[in-house]
Amino acid sequence: MSYPLNPDLYNDDVTQEPIRAGFGRGLKAAGEANSQVVALCADLTESTQMSLFKEAFPERYVEIGVAEQNLVTVASGMARAGKIPFTSSYAAFSPGRNWEQIRTTIALNNQPVKIVGSHAGVSVGPDGATHQMLEDIALMRVLPNMVVIAPGDSIEAEKATRAIAENGKPSYLRLAREKTPIFSTSDAPFAIGKAYVLREGSDITLLGTGTMTYQLLAAAKKLEEQGVSVEVVHVPTIKPLDEETILASVRKTGRALSAEEAQAAAGFGGAIAELLGEKLPTPLLRVGMHDRFGESGAPQELLEHFELTGPQIAETAKQFIDTTPQYHQGF
Amino acid sequence: MSGQLTITQLEQKANIIREDIIRMLEHAGSGHSAGPLGMADIMTALYFNILKIDPAKPDWADRDVFFLSNGHTVPGQYAAMAERGFFPVEELMTLRKLGSRLQGHPERQKLPGLENTSGPLGSGLSQAAGYAYTLQYIDQVSHRFVYVAMGDGELDEGNIWEAAMFAGKNKLSQLIGIVDRNNIQIDGTTENVMPLEDLREKWESFGWHVQEIDGHNIESIIDAASMARAITNKPSVIIAHTIPGKGVDFMEYDYKWHGTPPNAEQAKRALEKLRTLDGKITHEGVGL
Repeated sequence: MSYPLNPDLYNDDVTQEPIRAGFGRGLKAAGEANSQVVALCADLTESTQMSLFKEAFPERYVEIGVAEQNLVTVASGMARAGKIPFTSSYAAFSPGRNWEQIRTTIALNNQPVKIVGSHAGVSVGPDGATHQMLEDIALMRVLPNMVVIAPGDSIEAEKATRAIAENGKPSYLRLAREKTPIFSTSDAPFAIGKAYVLREGSDITLLGTGTMTYQLLAAAKKLEEQGVSVEVVHVPTIKPLDEETILASVRKTGRALSAEEAQAAAGFGGAIAELLGEKLPTPLLRVGMHDRFGESGAPQELLEHFELTGPQIAETAKQFIDTTPQYHQGF
Repeated sequence: MSGQLTITQLEQKANIIREDIIRMLEHAGSGHSAGPLGMADIMTALYFNILKIDPAKPDWADRDVFFLSNGHTVPGQYAAMAERGFFPVEELMTLRKLGSRLQGHPERQKLPGLENTSGPLGSGLSQAAGYAYTLQYIDQVSHRFVYVAMGDGELDEGNIWEAAMFAGKNKLSQLIGIVDRNNIQIDGTTENVMPLEDLREKWESFGWHVQEIDGHNIESIIDAASMARAITNKPSVIIAHTIPGKGVDFMEYDYKWHGTPPNAEQAKRALEKLRTLDGKITHEGVGL
């Protein structure tokens, strides 16, 4: 069964919504479905969209103030008391500031705390490098017991939020600030640990996570117009990685390109490189941020500056395809 | 039932726990001596009197909860738990060994009865506060209490004061902190490394009820816990003044014993010292 994409996906007026809005709705729904769900925030309820839950369930909402270390450790204690705590802040602060507390009191302690990092990636925009979290994927995917998810749009974010509320595990949910085009539909599948083939093709596999999947779809369309056959695989769950789906696709196309709004080193691209390096050595190009911080600018301007837009990725991919042979069975 | 132990019996129990600590550390060949010895009376009071717990049912839904924040002092907690019946006393000798449930720093999932995983300092108070907040505001259960032991050097951590603010704001009256005020940390005395005084005023200014006690007087520890439970409009902290290395004369007050175990000869001398304490000790303990 093919993945039900938004039919308006390639229109200029495709519906856009911040991914964090889907989280807000998903958390409220998770709270309705399960009375053990509680929410904690570090003075950013509106920005992280936790406000919806707070209004619906004030008795299950805990204000922590600007104290991210306390945010996750109080959540750890609440999990010990039987709750399913969601914590939210900007990703630069949580897990940016409180990583050790997450490591010890949530990951090693194996408590089902949900760490929601909003405002990840360069598309945060004018706030600049301090607030454009790029290292969170690396920080979180290296932790044993931790599930790491970067939803591709607001619809999927809602589903992912519902899913981690019930998975019983420490989990990290990566959200973006700006409006992101909606490529999925309410009927589209989402399961933790699953990757989805959005378009089928034979010349290259484009692997996207978070906001970049939409850009890859746009790139694929452009490439197709140039006669290149592109497979697009959406990988919302970075850990555990859906190795089977990814390897099957790359075995077919013999080339891979990963894309993320994060440091490619040790990030999503790092995870793909590890997988292919060990199980199917194949030419791989990692699109993302490469050993540098972001900077202030308008979100779209920054995506262009760092060559993270669909048309730019199409060009990058074309060059890669033109200069790199296919290895269907690995090197 | 342990609740019926007399103060004298509890004091004897504390010395047995000190002997356990010496044997465990000597056998392990690494670990912290001063803190666990200094906190032995507190651990005894907690596990044999204060905490409402059932060793046969570590996750009993009506239990009191004890979080250890200064995880490096866990040998004392392990010894108290073993003597209380959570696991065989013989198992204490597996401390810090490969495959042991008794990790060098406590890991909740390894050993039933542990409530948290700690070692990196400063996070236990937050965890206890999260638990206490859940009891008080979400589940509205008033008959359970949450205790948390902290080291004094640990109070250098900002995370502690984030938690102190949070508990003060929310008047977490079922939360009871115990500070092991032994005045030492790894690099020296607390007042040289990073002064904590006026410690009472600090806690009070964060909205806490504060008691200061002799942390080696078991009756005082039990009384202070009773008083803390009776305070219904704010969290409580008990600043327990202790002697690091208490009970072993050559370890007492010497910060060099903070992170060091006794060798065989030192352990022998320490055990002799403990056995002669007030002529109280008759227990032969676990074999070495």
